[in-house]
Amino acid sequence: MTTLAANKPTYDGQALDLTGKSGARAFKNTLATVLIVLAFVIALIPLLWILWTVVSKGYSLLLSADWWSQSQRGITVRREGGGAYHAIMGTLIMALITAAIAVPIAIMGAIYLVEYGKGTKAARVVSFMIDILTGVPSIVAALFIYAVWITVFGFNRVGFAVSLSLVLLMLPVVLRSTEEMLKLVPDELREASYALGVPKWKTILKVVVPTAFGGIVTGVMLGLARVMGETAPLLILVGYSKNINLNPFDGFMGALPTMINQDRTELALEPAADRVWAAALTLILLVLALNLLARLVARFSTIKSK
Amino acid sequence: MSSPDGTAPPDRPTDPAADGHGPTAPTSTGPKLELGPVGHLGDRLFAGLARGSGGLVVLIVAFVGIFLLALAIPSLADNQSSFLFSRIWEPGGEQPRFGIAALFYTTVISSIIAMAIAVPIAVGVALFTTYYAPKRLAAPVAHAIDLLAAVPSIIYGLWGILFFAPILRPVIDGLAGALGWLPIFEKPPGDNVGVVFTASVVLAIMILPVVTAISREIFAQTPITHREGALALGATRWEMIRMAVLPYGRSGVVSASMLGLGRALGETVAVLIILSVPNGNDPWNSSIFAGGETFASKIANNAAEFDSPEKTGAYIAAGLVLFVVTFLVNSAARIIVARSGPGGKRSRRNRSAGGAAAKEGAVA
Repeated sequence: MTTLAANKPTYDGQALDLTGKSGARAFKNTLATVLIVLAFVIALIPLLWILWTVVSKGYSLLLSADWWSQSQRGITVRREGGGAYHAIMGTLIMALITAAIAVPIAIMGAIYLVEYGKGTKAARVVSFMIDILTGVPSIVAALFIYAVWITVFGFNRVGFAVSLSLVLLMLPVVLRSTEEMLKLVPDELREASYALGVPKWKTILKVVVPTAFGGIVTGVMLGLARVMGETAPLLILVGYSKNINLNPFDGFMGALPTMINQDRTELALEPAADRVWAAALTLILLVLALNLLARLVARFSTIKSK
Repeated sequence: MSSPDGTAPPDRPTDPAADGHGPTAPTSTGPKLELGPVGHLGDRLFAGLARGSGGLVVLIVAFVGIFLLALAIPSLADNQSSFLFSRIWEPGGEQPRFGIAALFYTTVISSIIAMAIAVPIAVGVALFTTYYAPKRLAAPVAHAIDLLAAVPSIIYGLWGILFFAPILRPVIDGLAGALGWLPIFEKPPGDNVGVVFTASVVLAIMILPVVTAISREIFAQTPITHREGALALGATRWEMIRMAVLPYGRSGVVSASMLGLGRALGETVAVLIILSVPNGNDPWNSSIFAGGETFASKIANNAAEFDSPEKTGAYIAAGLVLFVVTFLVNSAARIIVARSGPGGKRSRRNRSAGGAAAKEGAVA
């Protein structure tokens, strides 16, 4: 094997061909490439198909001003007309109340995990509980609030009860993303602040949280996007109303998912079908807008998450 | 939440990757310098708020379990048939009889089929975006798959039953023709497409982005030395993936699948819309080509029946079982991640698991 140029490589007296990979290996490699690209194409099909279905069937109603300003008051499944104002407002109101409750708890919880409890047993317990909460199905969250709000306290089915159950779903999403963001804040910033004699709580509020702000906002928006599309809590905790009701503590409330649910059994009737797909498109647009906004904020935030 | 004391001790040995940073610590090593009291009111209030929020999370989870249990127990005590093994569901009346066997079966079988379909595709997509797609294409492609997670589940349900189910009919006929001698693949008469199999395929599409996102994170973390080592030994791209990337990411993929399974188990509205509820008089059918009800769809379908505490208790008991099952599945996922780090790098691995969990939350 000393004169490489002249001798062919051998092993146990057999000549070895080292000029390239064997046919079987090349074939396997190609096959794997084909399968992996195929998997990707298969994954894209439903996405494009769903978006095409909803957009092509739903866009026409969205073009009218009535859709954004009128309710479904007095409009039966057979009649055209009306809008989704009541449902859009209902969805937004419930989502905003959810955020108002969940976001402060989530951010303070994340601050506890990163700034105060790090490495302690208590923090591990909290962290484990958040993992559980992440996995709680929306129907179980709804049942829990039903058990508390209606069975135990005897209150009525109202929009606020939906918000309470959505808090359970939004809290872990925001908490985890905030935690990840706070972890990315360099310790040098904290130490510099402490060195100047700034107390810990002011350091957190004025240095740590502002540094991570972009990431926190991203988490909040993704959390909002998740709860806006939830249907199960709406089915159990509030009735669907065709009228405009902006009071989350009194009476039934419209929401986009329940508006879809309301007419979905009447899809044979054209006005009802149009409304269903238009409401679906409105909901997707709302959720997508939040997702895209979240990505934009993430891109321009001060610290980058990988 | 009881933490040992108000301040973070600076000299506690912590994870080397994350330096301890005590506010009361003018020095990070050596004896503590006495620089006066540090117990500001603001500090104590703020720390209290932070601890309170952490404690609140624990309380909420505990309350969910306790309340559901407390309301389920009276109904369970009145139940005239076996809760775990009966397939009857008649929670009202003088002699309530209800059992979860049928619900459990449909829930588990539909979710497992969904996982079996979704995981190979998700792994393929994750490999595509990390090691096959051109760099410029990879990020938009990953975002496009993430968009699947942004579609609300009620829209999956409508699309699934109206547009997707009809094209599944030949698949159902084909499978039933080839494997129909097994009871599970036996096709009942009729042209019903609102069957467990259809629900499973739609569930697979719904959990695809979750499994893909976590797998992608893990695959991308494969140490470059492993990959380049394989390539330098003459491995083809596939051999590099099989020898370096897949072994490194195996536990991550398993836990991603479990999280996807947890998602599928609890999915409500899509299943509610797709699955046709069997006629009460029909005998129970174990086939995946028949209709049925899962825990979640049963509860949502009968929300109007929550008029008496006994009936409500029966549904809450079913919800409790769902809670426990998803809890077990999700815990299994976390344990797998925590226990089996690739290359024995546990601490690094744990961090990546946290990132993966956050990612899962983010695409939710």
